[in-house]
Amino acid sequence: MASLDDLKKRISSVKSTQKITKAMKMVAASKLRRAQESAEKGRPYSDKMNNIILNLSNSISDKENSPKLLKGSGDNKVHLCVVMTSDRGLCGGFNTNIIKKAKTYFQKILDEEKILKIITVGSKGYDQLKRTYKNNIIEKISFKESKNANYFDAEKVGKIIIDRFEKKEFDVCVIFYNQFKNVITQIPQEQQVIPLKATESEGSSSEDNYEFEPEEDEILSNLLPKNVSTQIFKAMLENSASEQGSRMSAMDNATRNAGEMVDKLTIQYNRSRQAAITKELIEIISGAESL
Amino acid sequence: MSEGFKLEIVNPESSFLSKEKISEVVVPAYEGDMGILKDHISIISFLRPGLMRVFEGTNEEIYYVDDGIVEFKNNCLSILTSNIFDIKKMDKNDAKDALSKAEQDSQKNDISDQKKYLLEQKIEVLRNLTLN
Repeated sequence: MASLDDLKKRISSVKSTQKITKAMKMVAASKLRRAQESAEKGRPYSDKMNNIILNLSNSISDKENSPKLLKGSGDNKVHLCVVMTSDRGLCGGFNTNIIKKAKTYFQKILDEEKILKIITVGSKGYDQLKRTYKNNIIEKISFKESKNANYFDAEKVGKIIIDRFEKKEFDVCVIFYNQFKNVITQIPQEQQVIPLKATESEGSSSEDNYEFEPEEDEILSNLLPKNVSTQIFKAMLENSASEQGSRMSAMDNATRNAGEMVDKLTIQYNRSRQAAITKELIEIISGAESL
Repeated sequence: MSEGFKLEIVNPESSFLSKEKISEVVVPAYEGDMGILKDHISIISFLRPGLMRVFEGTNEEIYYVDDGIVEFKNNCLSILTSNIFDIKKMDKNDAKDALSKAEQDSQKNDISDQKKYLLEQKIEVLRNLTLN
């Protein structure tokens, strides 16, 4: 059995760990509120964007010559996967969930003998993927210095993707991120951005007859690159809300576990102290009896 | 024209402006300024850099926009833009910075005609802004 001193040290160390996790939980909770707010505020923009594009692509007359971003490059060989993770750890299964989802997708691609290219956004994703897929990673991006997800960063990522697409480096682009559902649940998502898979809403919008100025094609070719950035931005917002949510619940669990551990250790400490006292008493009594 | 229509301006981070009962909006559409009144036909267009005027009764507000998309449908005007400023609150130094950047960009040779056109528009508007 560990000595009394060791137990005492153990207890105080667990207690200080508990203090840290508690503080982290508090910080995550306050950040979560802000991140959640901005995720909700950002939704109208991407929803509207989606709607407009859907309307446009429905009414486009010349389907053959529609922009490549909408229709695809006509091939299905090279897949680009953009894996969006956080820059910091200690947030429960947040990063692992995305990576797991991405890895199943990677496996599928490789099994079909297609070419896989990866861009990682966020350093944690790179750390986890570099062991297995080092040769597939063509770029790693991280925004450690920017505090909150902002549109400027998303635009940068969007531009990188579009540039590579125009150079015909890939045919299909999929992004991976965590969708924020609530504090406990975050759902890892895969979303195809190039060629665009419009999420069909219930046919209501297709009946409107729009007037376009300038022509549909021109609007579309202007809009589609923006849409890529918008989708990335949406993913970033969802991700940052998910990260904080995930961290909060992870730290909450850690705090609770630390509390349980302190209780257990305290009991053990008290028992061994009592045992030591009893032992000493017996020694004294038996010593006195023998006199 | 009693009631007017609804105006919503959203940028990626948040909703910038949301107003009911707007009487008229003049937007700098790609092919020229476009005034939108109530019961306008459904339209989708995109913006060039320029000034957007919003009339609410006798009130007039002016915004500077960099780019964006306009959609008008069922008396609801939605404008999606990544860069919008209220002229009254706009910092002159910011405008100057943007102007010099735009001027630099327009000097480059490897840009498309369309981009050049947009940049020229931007320079003109910003120059007017910084003069006042």
